[in-house]
Amino acid sequence: MSRPQLHLGVFYTGVGQQYVWSDPGNIDHTTIDGTLEIARTLERGLFDAFFFGEGLRVRENRGRVLATDVAGRPDALTQLAALAGATTHIGLVATQNTTYNFPADLARRLSTLDLLSDGRAGWNIVTTDNAWTGANFRRGGWLDHDRRYDRATQFVEAAKAIWSSWADDAVAPDSAAANWATPGSIRAVERHTDLVDLTVVPTLPRSRQGRPVLFQAGDSPGGRDLAARHADVVFSANTEYDKAVAYATDIRRRLATYGRSPDSLRILPGASVILGATAAEATERAEWLRREQLTPQRAIGFLEQYWGKDLSAYDPHGPLPDIEPDAGELDPSRGTISIADRTGKLDRIRTWRELAEAKNLSIHGLVLAIHPQDRSFTGTPTHIADEWTHYIQTRAVDGFNITPHLLPATITDIVDLLIPELQTRGIYRTEYTSTTLRDHLDLPPL
Amino acid sequence: MFLAVELDGAGAHPAAWRASGASPASVLLPSTVREAVALAEEGGFTLATFADSPVPPSSGADIAGRLEAVGRAAFVSTTTQRIGLAPSVSTATTEPFHLAAQIASLDHATHGRAAWVVEGATPAELATVGTDGPPGEAAEVVAAVRALWDSWEDDAVIKDVPTGRYLDPDKVHHIDFEGATFTVKGPLITPRPPQGQPVILAADTLDVPADITLVDARPDRAAAARAAGARLVFAELEVVLDAHKPASARLADLNRATPWSTSRTRYTGSAEGLVALLATLSANFDGVRLHPAVLSVDLPALVEHVLPVLDLYPRGDTLRASLGLAKPANRFEGSTR
Repeated sequence: MSRPQLHLGVFYTGVGQQYVWSDPGNIDHTTIDGTLEIARTLERGLFDAFFFGEGLRVRENRGRVLATDVAGRPDALTQLAALAGATTHIGLVATQNTTYNFPADLARRLSTLDLLSDGRAGWNIVTTDNAWTGANFRRGGWLDHDRRYDRATQFVEAAKAIWSSWADDAVAPDSAAANWATPGSIRAVERHTDLVDLTVVPTLPRSRQGRPVLFQAGDSPGGRDLAARHADVVFSANTEYDKAVAYATDIRRRLATYGRSPDSLRILPGASVILGATAAEATERAEWLRREQLTPQRAIGFLEQYWGKDLSAYDPHGPLPDIEPDAGELDPSRGTISIADRTGKLDRIRTWRELAEAKNLSIHGLVLAIHPQDRSFTGTPTHIADEWTHYIQTRAVDGFNITPHLLPATITDIVDLLIPELQTRGIYRTEYTSTTLRDHLDLPPL
Repeated sequence: MFLAVELDGAGAHPAAWRASGASPASVLLPSTVREAVALAEEGGFTLATFADSPVPPSSGADIAGRLEAVGRAAFVSTTTQRIGLAPSVSTATTEPFHLAAQIASLDHATHGRAAWVVEGATPAELATVGTDGPPGEAAEVVAAVRALWDSWEDDAVIKDVPTGRYLDPDKVHHIDFEGATFTVKGPLITPRPPQGQPVILAADTLDVPADITLVDARPDRAAAARAAGARLVFAELEVVLDAHKPASARLADLNRATPWSTSRTRYTGSAEGLVALLATLSANFDGVRLHPAVLSVDLPALVEHVLPVLDLYPRGDTLRASLGLAKPANRFEGSTR
C-alpha cells in the first residue's frame, strides 16, 4: 500500500449518555433488524469493524436501575453470530471480560464466531475489578483489583494456546482415511497457573485469519502492557492530536520491549463525529447534541451519584443542593467513573460549589460546565477529512472507532458524506480487497 | 404430534462423516449448518437441536471438531423463519448469567424461536473450567436462568421524552437469586426475551423442570416423566432409513467403520415403517426427537417421505406458540424491588 490507510470501526457502547435515544428518527438499535441494518450500512461504507461493548451489570443510581440512559442489549457473541450469517465483509468484534468468563469456554465461542464469519471475528479484551459486577456471577468478586491484568494475561495466553492447538492439516482430506483427524495433530491444552486452571482438548481449527483479532482498550499501565504484549489493535481514549501522538509513542516503545514491530499493532482511538454542510451548522449541531446528552434530569442524576442522596426535589435550573453530601465514597454502580476519580469526592464537591458561586451556575449549568466536550470531530466533511489525513500521515493514529449518537444518521452521514472525501485523499479503501478482519486492518499474517 | 430433529455434525452415527458424500472438514463449515437447518425448516420440523460439549465429540477415529452450539443456532437465526432453534449448553461450563443472556439473545434474534437443551457435565468437561467452577446443581442453574429471563418486564423500556426516562426502573428487577452454592444479583443485561421464557428441553435423567422432557422411547418412561410433572414428553429415536441401499445394509456399513453403541431406541427400515412407528408413539408421547444417522442421507429421506404423510401440528409465530405453550406471566410483575 502506497500510503498509510485510515481504518474505521463503529463502537456500540450500549450504555451511557452518548446515544440520543429520544430522537424520533432512530431505529430500534438493539434489535436484530436494527443491528443488521447498521452492519449492512457499514459494509456499504467499507468499514473495518462493527464493535460491540459489554457491561455485565446494568448501571444503577442509588440502588435502582439508572432510568435516563439506554440499557439492555444482547449478548455480544450471540448477536454477532447472527450478523455473521447475514453479512460478508464487516469485522465482528465482541467485548468480553476476562474476570467473569472461563478461558476454554470463551476461547471456543470466539473461535466459533471466527469460523462462522470465515475470519472476521475480533475480541476486545476487558477486565473488571469490582465485586458489584461480580455479584452477577457464580464466581464473582474473587479477583483483587491489582491482579486483574494478571488474570487477563494468563487468560489470553491460554486462549492463544487453544487457538493454535490444531495443525493446519489436522483433518483428513477424504472419508476413506483411517481417522477424521490425523493422530497427534491436535494438542491438548493444559494450564495450571495461579489464576487460570484448565485442561481441554480444543474442538476447533484455525480460521482463515488464523485466530480472532485481539483488541485491548485499557489505558492504565497494566492495560497498555497487555496491549503491547498481546493485542493487534488498541482502542484508546487518546483522541486529541497531542494526546494521540504521546500515546502512540508510548505504545510503540512498549511494543519494542516485547520484540514487536511498530506495524504489528493498530491504534484506533474512540471518536464522535458531528458533520455539517457548513462549519456553523456543525457547531450548531454539536451544541444541540450536548444539550440532548446532558439533560436536566441527567444533571440531577449526576449530582445524586456524588451526594449519595435523593435530589429529585431540586430544580435543575436552580442553585446547587444546600444539603451536605453523605460521607461515603463513590460506588462503581454507574460504571462511568474512572478508578482515579472514585475517591476525594468531598473535595470535588467543594470545587463545584465554588465554581457555581463564582459563575452563578445552576445545577444544569454546572454539569454542562464541568463536562468538557472532547473526543469529537466537528465540521464539514472536507474539514474532518483534512484533519484525519494529518493524523494518518503523521502516524498519530491508524484510524478511529466511532461512537454514534444517532442511529442510523451518524453512520449514514459518515458513509455518504465523509467517506468519499477520505477516498479522494487516498487514505481510505475504495473496495474491500479481502474478506478477513486481519486483512482489512493491514495486520501482518500470523 | 411434534417432531424435533438433532442436527449435530454429519449425523448421529459416529461414522456418518464417512457416508456424507462431503469432505471430512465440511462438518465445521457454516454452510453445512445452514443447509441442514434450511432443509429441516422446509420439511416442517417444529424445532432443530444442536448437540454440544466443550470437549471433542469423538476421542477415537471419528469427528474431533465442533462449532459451539449457541453460535450455530444464532448463525441461522436470520435465514430461517419458522423452525425453533435449540442449542445444548452445559450448566457447568459457562456462567449462568452468560447462559441466560445467550439464550435470551437468541430468542430476540429469532423473534421468539429459541430453546435451550440443558446439559450436565462429565469430569472431562468439568476439567475445562478447572477452578473457575464449582458447577452448582443443574436445577439451581435452571432456576437462576429462569429468574434472569424475568428480570425485565416486557414494557420496561418506555422512552418517555418529557421525563427523560429511557426505562421505567420499577420494571427492571434485581433477582437476588440464592442457591445452595451460588448467588446471582441481576437484572440480566438483556431485556425479557420475546417468548418471556424460552423453551427448556432436558433429559428426564437430569431431573430439572423443563417444558419438554426428553425420554427413551418407552411408554413407562413417558408415564414416569408425566408423573414427575413433565409438560410435554418427547421420545428420543435414532433413525436409519432405506436409501440407495436398504437401511440395514447402510447401518452395517457404518458399523463396520465404528460400532454405534447407544442406549437409545433405534429404527432401521423403510419410511412407511417409520411413519407407522411414529403413529404408535403418538399414543404415549407429545412428540419425538429424531436422530438421523447420516444427515445428508436420512434428513432428505425424512423430509421427502416421512414428514409429508404425518399429521403434524402447524407452526406458530414463536416456538412456544408452535408447541401450544402460553407465554408465562412475569414473576416480578407488580413487584417494585
